[in-house]
Order: sequence, then C-alpha cells, then structure tokens
Amino acid sequence: MIPAGFSYVRAGSLEEALGELSRHGDAARVLAGGHSLLPAMKLRRAEPGVLVDIGRLRALSYVRAEGGQVAVGALTTHRTLERDPVVAEQVPLLAAAAARIGDPQVRNRGTIGGSLANADPAADLAGAVLALDGVLVARGPAGVREIPGREFFTGPYRTALAPGELLTEIRLPAAPGRSYAFEKFSRRALDWAVVGVAAQARPGGGVAIALLGMGPAPLRATGVEEALAAGVPAAEAVRLATRGSEPPDNAVASASYRAHLAEVLVGRALAAL
Amino acid sequence: MTTIGSAVPRKEDAALLRGRGTFVDDIHRPGLVHMVYVHSTEAHALITGIDAEEARSLPGVLGVWTAQDFAGLPPRPSVPGLDRGYLAGDKVHYVGEPLAVVVAADRYTAADAARAVRVSYEPLPVMATVEDALAPDAVPIFAPLPGNLALEQQVTPDDVTADLEAAPHRLRARLVNQRCAGAPIEPYGVLADWTGAGPTVWATVQAPHRVRAEIAERFGLARHLVRVVAPDVGGAFGVKSSFMPELFLAPELSRRLGRPVKYVETRSQHMVHTYHGRDQIQDVEVGFDDEGRILALDATITVNVGGVPDPVGIGLPTLTSYMLSGCYKIPKIAARFRSVVTNTTPTASYRGAGRPEASFLIERVVDLVARELGRDPADVRRVNLIQPDEMPYQTPFEGIVYDEADYPAALDLLLDELDYAGLRQEQARRLADPRAPLLGVGLSTFVEMGGFGPTPLFEMFGYLGGWESANVRMQPDGSVIVLVGTAPHGQGHQTALAQIVADQLGVAFEDVTVLYGDTAVVQEGTGTMGSRGMPVAGNAVRQAAEEVAAKVKAVAAHMLEADPDDVVPTEGGFQVKGVPEATVTLAEVAERAFKPHLLPEGTELGLEKTAYYEPKNLSYPSGAHGCVVEIDRDTGRVSVLRYVCVDDCGTVINPLTARGQVHGGVAQGIAQALYEKVAFDAGGRPLAASFEDYMVPGPLDLPSYETHHIETRSSFNPLGVKGLGEAGATAAPQAVVNAVVDALAHLGVRDVEMPCTPERVWKVMHDAS
Amino acid sequence: MRVEITVNGQPHSREIEPRLLLVHFLRDTLSLTGTHIGCDTSSCGACTVLLDGVAVKSCTVLAAQADGCAVTTIEGLAGEDGLSPVQEGFRQCHGLQCGFCTPGMVMAATALLAEQPDPTEQEIRDGLKGNMCRCTGYQMIVESVQWAAANGGAR
Repeated sequence: MIPAGFSYVRAGSLEEALGELSRHGDAARVLAGGHSLLPAMKLRRAEPGVLVDIGRLRALSYVRAEGGQVAVGALTTHRTLERDPVVAEQVPLLAAAAARIGDPQVRNRGTIGGSLANADPAADLAGAVLALDGVLVARGPAGVREIPGREFFTGPYRTALAPGELLTEIRLPAAPGRSYAFEKFSRRALDWAVVGVAAQARPGGGVAIALLGMGPAPLRATGVEEALAAGVPAAEAVRLATRGSEPPDNAVASASYRAHLAEVLVGRALAAL
Repeated sequence: MTTIGSAVPRKEDAALLRGRGTFVDDIHRPGLVHMVYVHSTEAHALITGIDAEEARSLPGVLGVWTAQDFAGLPPRPSVPGLDRGYLAGDKVHYVGEPLAVVVAADRYTAADAARAVRVSYEPLPVMATVEDALAPDAVPIFAPLPGNLALEQQVTPDDVTADLEAAPHRLRARLVNQRCAGAPIEPYGVLADWTGAGPTVWATVQAPHRVRAEIAERFGLARHLVRVVAPDVGGAFGVKSSFMPELFLAPELSRRLGRPVKYVETRSQHMVHTYHGRDQIQDVEVGFDDEGRILALDATITVNVGGVPDPVGIGLPTLTSYMLSGCYKIPKIAARFRSVVTNTTPTASYRGAGRPEASFLIERVVDLVARELGRDPADVRRVNLIQPDEMPYQTPFEGIVYDEADYPAALDLLLDELDYAGLRQEQARRLADPRAPLLGVGLSTFVEMGGFGPTPLFEMFGYLGGWESANVRMQPDGSVIVLVGTAPHGQGHQTALAQIVADQLGVAFEDVTVLYGDTAVVQEGTGTMGSRGMPVAGNAVRQAAEEVAAKVKAVAAHMLEADPDDVVPTEGGFQVKGVPEATVTLAEVAERAFKPHLLPEGTELGLEKTAYYEPKNLSYPSGAHGCVVEIDRDTGRVSVLRYVCVDDCGTVINPLTARGQVHGGVAQGIAQALYEKVAFDAGGRPLAASFEDYMVPGPLDLPSYETHHIETRSSFNPLGVKGLGEAGATAAPQAVVNAVVDALAHLGVRDVEMPCTPERVWKVMHDAS
Repeated sequence: MRVEITVNGQPHSREIEPRLLLVHFLRDTLSLTGTHIGCDTSSCGACTVLLDGVAVKSCTVLAAQADGCAVTTIEGLAGEDGLSPVQEGFRQCHGLQCGFCTPGMVMAATALLAEQPDPTEQEIRDGLKGNMCRCTGYQMIVESVQWAAANGGAR
C-alpha cells in the first residue's frame, strides 16, 4: 500500500525532465498520470529512487490533425481520447480502445504515453496504436527519433525507448470514415484484456489487426492480415490468428483458451468491420 | 399504525453518507503508533532466522517482536489439543502467516520496517490440497496434531448402504465448493489503548463481548477492566468473527509500549491473512425412485481448514451435515466429515458458514437426479418437498426441526414469476438456432438455519450463550434508548430494532435510538452472525419493550386514575376508554415515572427493562430462487439474464433493508458461482492475493434481482421472524450452477465446477462436443 | 516538500514526504476520514474524490501531484443542512449497507451525473465500474443514482 521513499522532481519543461532523467539514470522513473507506476510502487514491485513528474507539462497534452496524421501528445488522458472530436473523426479506433480502459477514475488520470511506455502486453491503447500503424516520437539526449509502433514493444513492460528517452508524441495516420473494431475479452468488466483485438480497415483495402494478451508484447496478426489480403475468406483466415503469437499460460487464462479467444475475437472484429 | 413492515429509510445512513462514520482506522488517539506484521512468504518451511536489525535501526521504529516475545501469553482461543499462538515460531504453515510484528511511529515507517526484516527459511514439502495433505507420504503440518486430519466425525449413526442398494436408482457425484474470501471492503483493523488497569480495544469484530472475554482471559483480567468497541464495521460476512492474533497483540504491545497501537491490514495482507471460507469437497451417493423421490443420501464432506486450524473452521461441516435434508423429505441420511490441515490460509466462517455448502450439495443432487431420470427439475423438487402441514418438521438430524413454511408455494410462485414454461420453449428455440446463445434455467429451493443459538449450540462454538440481550429505557421526555448485544455491520439494526420498539411502545420511530457494539455501554451480548439479528435480538428488544410498555401503561393509568385495562393509547399518549377528555401525553407519563412522590407507593422508579431472549430453537429461512443464464457458445461466457428470488424469512420488519439483505447475499452467491476463487498453486503460493486477482464482481458483472416474499410466520418466536442475512448466499450458487449445467445438458454435461468462468465453461463445452 | 492543496474549499499548506498518497494526506494529515481505503491495487474505488472536479482514486495520486489543486471529498459534498441529491438518493433507495464503500461510490456517482445528468441503467453501471461494493449487489446503488438524477443530479 505504501511506496518506498523516493525523491520527487516536478519538471517545469520537457528539457528539464530530460535533464533530470539523464542526471539520475536508472534510478529515475517518469511519472505521468501514475496509473501504472504508482500501483507498482505501492506493491513495491517498483522502487525508483527519483520520480520525475511530467504531469504538469501541459504542452504534451494535445490532439492535432496535421497533414493526414493525428498527433497525440503523450500526456493526453484516456478520458480526453474518449471524447476528443478529432480523435472521434480521424482515428475512432483510438477512442474505442480508450473507452475500454479500466474505469472512469483511471481514465481521468491515465495517459496514452504512460500506458504505451509501460508496455503491458494487454494494454488497450497499444492495440489501437499498432492497428493504426502509429509511430511513437521519443526525445532524448540524442535528440528526437521516431519509432514505428511495431518496433516499440519489445517484451513485457519493455520498450525500444533508450535510457533517458521520453515518449512525447504518438502519430497516427488518419483513418476518417474507415471501419474499425475493438474487441476486448476480460474476466470482469474492470479487468485487463485476457485477449483483445483492434482492427482497422486500411485505405487501399485490407485490414490491420493487433492482438493483446497473446504474447510478451502486443503484436500484429500478420497471418490473418496476409490471408485476407490474398483473398482468403474471413472464416478461414481467422484460423491464422495465433500465428506468430506466444500466448501466456497462467492463472488468468491458459494458452489454449487465449488462442481460441484470439480466433473468436478476430472473427468478431472482422464481422464488425 | 404499525411501523413493522414499513420501508423506512435507515437511521444509520445520515452519518455514513456524509463521511462521518467511525471506522477503526478513522479513530485517532494521542501518541498513536502503528503495527504491521511480517508475513511468511513460504507455504511450509522452518524458520531458520529472523534478522530485524536493519528494521530496528530505522528512525521511528519502536520495536520488532517475534513469537518468543509472546511466549508468556496464553494461546489464542481454540479447542483443547489445537493450541495456536500469535506468530509463527519454529515454522510457517502458509503464505501470509504472521511471523513477526513491527511497531513504528507512523504507518509509512512501519511498512518500511516490516520489509526490512529478513527471514531465512528451510523449505519443507508443501501440501496445498487435501489430497496432498492426506497422501501416504504427507508429513504432519500442524505440530499439535499427529497427522493432517484435524477431525474426522461420523455425524449420523445411520448406515444407508442397504437403503442405497435397495433403491431403484442411484448415482454418485463429487461436488466442489471452492474456497472464497469474504472480502469486506473494510479490511480487519484493531486499535488498542491500554491506559490503566486494562485495555480499550476498538476492533472490526462481530461479537465484542466475546472478544472482551477472550482478551480478559488471555491477560488474566476481570472483564470489567477490558472494554471492547466495535465501531462502524465496514462489512464482515463472518470473516470478522475469527480470533485473529492482532486482537491480542495490539493490546499487549500497547501495554508494553504505553501507547495506543493501531493495526489496519492492507487488502493484499487481508487476502492471505484473514481467514477464508467454504473449501469443501463433497462425495455423495443418492438412491431414488422412478419419480425422483430421494430414498437415501450418503455424504462425505472433506473440508480444507488451512495451516493453523481454526476451531470454527473445523466444526463448520457439522452445520453442513445438519442441513443436508434441504427442503426435502429424505428418510435416511448418512453424513460424515473430515477436516484436513493444508499449507493454506485457515478457513472459518463466511456468510452462511456451512449451510450454503449443504444447500449446494442437495440442490445439485436433485438436479442430477432429475437429469438421470429425464424429468423436469421442478417436478423432482415437487415430489420431494416437505408439505406445509408437516411443519414443524423433524429432519433426520436430532434437534434440527424446521419451523413453519410453505415450500411448494414458494416454488410455485417462483415458477410463475419466471414464466418457467415460456423459458423452456425459448430454450428449445435457441438450441435449434446455432447462432443463438444457449439458455439455461436453474432452480434452488432452499432452507437454511437462522436465529443462532440456542445456548447449547452456541456453547459449542465457544460463546457464553446463544441468547441476545436488550435494554429498553424510556427517557423522561418519552424518547427511547435501546441497548442491544448484537454488533451489526451493515444490516441496519438501528432501524429495524427501532421499528420493533416503536410499535411496542407507541412512540415515533424517530424517537428511538439504538446503541450497540460497546461493552462499556451494552450489558452482555452475543453478537451478529448466523442470521440472528431479528430472530434473537429482535425478540429480546420486543420483550424488553413490551415490559416497559406495560409499566408505561400502569403509570398512565395511575395518572388518569383509571384501571390499566380501561386505558387505551392515543396519538402520542393515553386516554381513558370512552372518555376522550381524560388524556395524558407520553412525555407526561415518562416524566411522572421519575417522580417518586407522585407515584403509588412501592413503584420502582424509571421506565427500563433488560431482557435476555433465549431462542427455543434455530429458525429456518427458506425460499425458492431461480436463475436464467445465457452462455456464449464461442467463449463460454455466462451472463445472468434474470435472477428471481422468493424468500420466506417470516415477518418482514423493513422491506427496504430486507431487499438489501437478499440482494447482497445473492450477489455473493452469484460471485461464488461465476467469479471468485481463492486459488493456490501446487507450491501453496496464493494466486488471488489482491482485488486484481480475486474476482469480486463490479456493477457491470452482476444482474438486477427480482425479489418476492412469502411471509409465513415462525411459531418459534414472538415476532415470527426467521432471519435473512445469509439466505441469498445460501440459495444463489446452485441456482446459477444448475442454470449453467441446464444450458449445457444437451451436450451431456452434468456438472461444471465453480466458479463457472468462461474458460472453464468453454473447456466443458469443448470436451463434451 | 511543501504542498498547498485546497480541500473542500479550505486551503491547506503542509510539509510532506514525497511518497505520501493523497488518500493518506486527506485521512491522516487533515483528519478527513470520510475517504476510505479498501484495497491497494486501485481496484475498489473506496478512496474516490474529486480532483479539480474530476473523479480520481486518491490512493493512486501522490499528494505531491495534487499540489496546487482543489480536492472535494465526501465531507464537502453536502451543504450545511441536508444531503446532496446523490446522498439523499442513497438514503431513499437503501444504496448503502455497511457504508464503507459509500463515500467513494457517492463521489463517483456525483462525477457521473455531472457529465451525464440522465444516465441509463447501463451508463450508471459503467460509470461506477471502478467502485466495488460487497454489501448491496449494486442494484439499489443504481436505483439511488436514478433517484438522484430525477431529483437534482450532481449538485
């Protein structure tokens, strides 16, 4: 219930935050909404020596439509994504995923950057970002770099962010008017996805499908995507849902049940498109 | 006008809704320090060392104590031969067992210090299941016992082997009633302040007088020197009736330190430390005829009592055995049970405490019988139900006599409300449509025990008595204070007991205050458990109020210079019958009762009566619940479409709170059926040690409930009440499971183990087809 | 470190440890014990308060993060006399039993009605999904919120 002691720095600017991160190295963790980090700290699964609070960097909270893309600031809350008119029009899949996160209180505080950087293999937003072919923008001591979503998630709670780097923005190709689906199967309504599926119809035909809870990191269901592109009927294509996945086998669900759910949910997502 | 039977909003609510309740952790005392346990991280191991040096060195830490530091304290309440201490000494028996205690100036430092204590272990073989604990190569877990069988008992002398053999049909089943956690939203908490000759202890408990007696005994104190207060208690459900070590360690440490000591567990600690409930394996064999009439039942119950057995947990299968008859005329029953020690958290009471397990058993068996014969489960119930003219009904268990009820009427009302025939048609329609979710209907005609005592039964669980006490005293202004020996935690006793008093005394509901939960305020008391609030405390209050009412009337008659028989109540007072101008107000009468010179010679001053009500017998709340579920053919997800309750708790005192009790019990029953299980892995590691892993359902996970009542007054007590707090939890699990199995029966499925999670249901469907 | 937090309209300035949780700041530092703690995994919602008007779980917010913000707790909901419509709804409809989850439930319901003055049953359940109650089975809580919606809403 009670976190270990730490020192607290409230960053007044992005530069200051980056400075603090490089100064403290591994000892420092970034605090955004705190809804992944603080629960871990309360159970003492994380005991950072320094918290760099970027929560006040209002400049990192925005949604902008720019040249066929939607740019989302890393500190944008789930609640904002749920309700933002630009998101609703340009990347509605992101709003659908945001609306399924936790509960209203969590969505009021949790941020897209925090969620993605935490890299839970079942994080709803990660699925949407993957299916939307999102690009993550990071700033660090070496400057700004763009990381494609498919390269960002490297394992459970692991990302391609380098030490001292901060996720600042998520860029998503706009998908106005194109169909999408977000299917989440959880034990209780409140819980994380046992398996989740985010599907987005692509401009030139075809579908991008992301899977949650099916491996150490969120992943694309490339087997299904390729089969559909090759004209395989959806009913058959869904059988390839688990290709390339490594569903965990644990107290939440067995690997075989997850594999089954993946097929069912991909099927439902495709039917909903 | 009678207040009993009206849905008045509760007296309790005004403070609770403003955040002005007083729960243990809300209480502050000057100089307060905080106590935290160091819990075992091993399921079964020898403790080879506890290094508390670093912890002791932290600023603000007042001390770290281990088992040997409390060697002088007599053991915790238990039964002979099963002595248990406060902290693990040489060895740990389960993950979560406390093995050291830390006190610090604030809760943050205490948490840090507890983590700084280093414990070294030498692992022992872990036996996390009853199978493992009873295996030939098992080693004894709990030192006072030579093996892991804490108790094996033949409950009935009957042997039904011949009856089973003679029956036209018979079947066997193994049913599992999984381990659940009561999980009140307020975890366990104790604040002890040993100020003078003894301690005052504020604690989240259900029986403060019993706790006082146990504390006094441990410390060699007379009871008047110990004060126990159960303030607002944030849910209990039976799990706050166990004698947790902190009830004794907090006062002891307060005594040693000369400061008030507070212990409030976290949810994660609660899930491994506070005792769980249920956890039975039931092996049954039943003999029956062509119509499904049950001729004989044989049941062997194996209960997992955990690593440091609690006497209540060991004894609960007795209650399961006693209730095996259910609502049915079963001529012969043979029952026996085994209580088995394992490397898991101990088990004890959880809402229903032994009776839901019985109801689950017999209601699942009736459905199995129906399925075996290809008959409708409602019909099989009908041929077995005890008829209203057979009440009171002597079951095959001595002393277990059911009070008045109309079981067939409850079933009929349920089937009507469900539109049972219509549901069966809809079920067939869906079965034929492969795209439609499967539909299942489950019935549960149930009876349970309420109104605990009487005293001889409650003595078996270590209580002074099975009675309840009430003191009713009218103040000189005509308002009324009631002191009652129960210790409610959400049931609404301030309200329901005030309704009883208002009717007896002819005072306004608003003019009655009910106090409880403080041994310095309330005479003796037994507590709140076993659905005893209205049947026992309600009748104690009624009795005391009735006697006060008689005295009030006598004083009124004196003032009116009339014969008491000629005095009749009016709005707010009394008059002489037929003489409307000869009146006195209640306030005038009440004041007069304190004026010795204006009362007849020899009249005792005041308007006050203390009554102890000893129930003659248990009462038997009953009813019929029905559940309609839908099962997603692809995922196995079970959704409860409808849940219909018909309850007979006798007289309903307050329909609003009665509805709340039914809802809450049913919710916990559905939770057991579909969501919750305290699971351990083979190494005894808890898999459900937080609200992230223990599936307490939320608002989207539970349905609405349709509630109906049949009010058959019980002749066992003057109010005609039976109790209601545990009925829902007793009725619901099997109503849901029967519905789930019903939906899958066409696949040949006969059982689905609780909780019927999507994965489990999917596996059952998958394996069957 | 020093924080300045306005709680129920009252400004408070206190020296705190950075790790102090907002819920402990309210309960232990300010003795506002109406906000309760029911879990340690941000699951149960008993600690729900309004932070700058938005419902949050105060067990998952550092007091440091609330520096300069305004907090409303259950104690600040009702006026000097009477109960807020949500509180009164809970009383009328028996939306509470033990009362422990109630402050969080009432705060979450108040936030819900502020956004959705006339929610459906499903919307109420969805809006309260971050709050656990072990006593009521939720239906009478839903009815309480419906009562409040019809009688003044989030006031």
